[in-house]
Amino acid sequence: MRTLDQLNPGEAGVVTKVTGSGAIKRRIVDMGLVAGTAIKVQKFAPLGDPMEVKVKNFNLSLRKTEAALIEIQTP
Amino acid sequence: MATDTLTVALAGNPNSGKTTIFNNITGARQHVGNYPGVTVERREGFRRFHGKDLLLVDLPGTYSLTAHSLDELVARNVIINDRPEIIINILDASNLERNLYLAVQLLELERPMVLALNMTDVAEKMGSRVDDALLSRKLGIAVVHTVGNRNQGTDDLLQTVVDAAAQNKRQPFVLDYGPELEAKIKEMADALAALTAVKYPLRWLAVKLLENDQEVHKTIGRVPDGEKILAMVDKARLELKATFADDPELVIAERRYQFVGEIYREVAVSRQDLSRTVSDRIDDVLTHRVFGLPIFFGVMWLLFNIVFTVGAYPQGWIEDGTKWLGGMAGQYMADGDLKSLVVDGIIGGVGGVVVFLPNIILLFLGIALLEDTGYMARAAFVMDRVMRAVGLHGKSFIPLLVGFGCSVPAIMGTRTLENPRDRMVTILVAPLMSCSARLPVYTLLTAAFFTEGIAGTVLFSVYFAGIALAVVMAFVFRKLLFPGAAEAFVMEMPPYHLPTLRSILTHMWERSVLYLKKAGTLILAASILVWFATNYPADIEYSKDYDQAKAQVEEQFSAQAAAEVLGPLKIEKPEDNAAFTALVGGIAAAHADQAAAEDAVAAKLAELEQARPEIYPHAVRYYELEQEKKAAADKLDKEQAGEKLANSYAGRLGQTIEPVIRPLGFDWKIGVGLVSAMAAKEVLVSTLGTIYSVGEVEDDATSLQEALAADAAFSPLVAYTLMIFTLVYSPCLAALAVLRRETNSWKWTAFSFTYSTVLAWVIAFGIYQVGTMLGY
Repeated sequence: MRTLDQLNPGEAGVVTKVTGSGAIKRRIVDMGLVAGTAIKVQKFAPLGDPMEVKVKNFNLSLRKTEAALIEIQTP
Repeated sequence: MATDTLTVALAGNPNSGKTTIFNNITGARQHVGNYPGVTVERREGFRRFHGKDLLLVDLPGTYSLTAHSLDELVARNVIINDRPEIIINILDASNLERNLYLAVQLLELERPMVLALNMTDVAEKMGSRVDDALLSRKLGIAVVHTVGNRNQGTDDLLQTVVDAAAQNKRQPFVLDYGPELEAKIKEMADALAALTAVKYPLRWLAVKLLENDQEVHKTIGRVPDGEKILAMVDKARLELKATFADDPELVIAERRYQFVGEIYREVAVSRQDLSRTVSDRIDDVLTHRVFGLPIFFGVMWLLFNIVFTVGAYPQGWIEDGTKWLGGMAGQYMADGDLKSLVVDGIIGGVGGVVVFLPNIILLFLGIALLEDTGYMARAAFVMDRVMRAVGLHGKSFIPLLVGFGCSVPAIMGTRTLENPRDRMVTILVAPLMSCSARLPVYTLLTAAFFTEGIAGTVLFSVYFAGIALAVVMAFVFRKLLFPGAAEAFVMEMPPYHLPTLRSILTHMWERSVLYLKKAGTLILAASILVWFATNYPADIEYSKDYDQAKAQVEEQFSAQAAAEVLGPLKIEKPEDNAAFTALVGGIAAAHADQAAAEDAVAAKLAELEQARPEIYPHAVRYYELEQEKKAAADKLDKEQAGEKLANSYAGRLGQTIEPVIRPLGFDWKIGVGLVSAMAAKEVLVSTLGTIYSVGEVEDDATSLQEALAADAAFSPLVAYTLMIFTLVYSPCLAALAVLRRETNSWKWTAFSFTYSTVLAWVIAFGIYQVGTMLGY
């Protein structure tokens, strides 16, 4: 099991679970990152953090600490 | 026949084109204010459509309706409490699935609603089409196509809204959350039905309670028998948690997305999920690993120069215009208090308000361009790593950068930060950036006390001190004022698109009007207050009789002129000899020509001498005497002005605080300067000019430099301490006025004043005391 922050640019997978709690977790879920959602890593920012992903046909940026809360199943 | 007003609320995701549609509907008939007690903006507009008056309320753009974010809370409270007759939910058709997630939450509030499927052109270009008839059937509400950028479908939308509102039926909507959750929802709803004091839809309340929504939790806790229900909720949540092995709120959100996903897959005719778009290709360059940062700094450099370098021209015109107006008014008014009030207080004060306008207009031109094109999110993406280190958001960079030009637009520019904590911290530290008004103070003091060799280093260290302090204070505020869990950075990167001229102009216009109306009046009032404090009381006792002294100068001149010039020429007045008067005028003109080189002046004088050699020496002597008289009278005027200021209310305050600033090495003269410089920091220079009786100091401050250098109370150490103090202590009144307007709070305004002044004192104390110990 890998978390989103461990994926490389260009890698895709499916969300299996969102851990963590409170406002941050809720925000992640509200943006559509729920179990079963396909996701693809676009890139990392020039300074290595945050990262940009593509999900449900839009682009989202999130910090690595937040991405670490998202468990991904990669093919 | 009287028509009643129909209240329409506009809801939608950020970047769904909601504001564009709002502008299309209402045109210029808009009003921007604040929701009571919070910084969230309330935007309202009016429209008359087919005999009906529509009042449109533009809700904050949100992704969801939780209680975690102020924007979301405000949006749903407007719908619940203000009960608009109908909601327009604007959906980005090119990003339908996530947009529908908000739509179903709005539907759960059971108010009449119409869907506006916006940006259908973008969606079609991306190869995606939506079956809106099917969508309408699935959700049970009307769906209208719009293209906001081209103002298409606006009338259609309004017609549908008016029709739907006319039916005025309750909008039932049930999202099936699955057997386990539904059982609990029913249990809660039944219990809630027994309560009489709630006006919310029961099913919605039940879902929110199971979601552990703190706001609804509080509301229920306040009504009679509410505690019993909350106990039930706690039990139900525990059971659900055991069933799902996860938080019920997460399961609820997942179910919503499942529901939305099913609808989406049915109504979206062709889908291109996760495919590469034009925006992605633009991002390959703009957020490139290597080029991303240089491009960002280039954009910032451009922004700064447009705001301040270009802005300096209109600012110059405004300053000239103010002076001209003051001069005109001065000519037609008798000397006295009223003239002083009009010229220095009111015209000067209005000029002081308007002078910021070019910066504000240009800054918001820049911000509107950055936001509307989509680059703003990329800027935050690129800078976040750096800004986060000090507890700020990537988007804080722009206001802080603008702070080097002026704190007023910087504080206004914090509007790009959605999160109230990030915004407040940025507002509090932005004035620590050395704005351009502080530069004249720095240049005066470095020029007077430091050799050219180290002046640059000294100046740099002051600027650097501001940045370092901002970093430290941002960190401290984050920890002390806003403790607790950090906010999520999770941010949408909207697709790039060409902004419309109209939305940019609207943005600039709105900010300017808000500034003039809300902050401008405060700044004007403050300017008049400062004028009063520096000019009154008028009936002070001077150390000597200046009028008599000036008369004496005049007498002495007349006597000398008669004895040395007029006597020998055998005339009583200069006018008695026309040739003589003309010659004196010629000599004065030759000297007055400042542009001419010394040789040219000498040549001109030689010419005059040759023409009338017999009276030339007398004319020269007369000219010299006149100059001496002028200098003496001038000196008296300056002394009097200095004494007047020292005895004014501001002067007395400056003297009263002397014991407090003594440990910083400052005497009462600096005290007076610091009090006056509350109006604007560069005023410190002109105030010191007046106090040191060297008169108005503008571009050429050499005489003041010499006066300061000659004063035993000053030393390089005092000068440096004063620079740092000027940098840190209270933001100027204009900045405070804008801060008040932007935070919507006197408390924060007072805090900003207090913290910065105390901080300035502590740091200045440290510098001066340590410096003294080290023998500087």
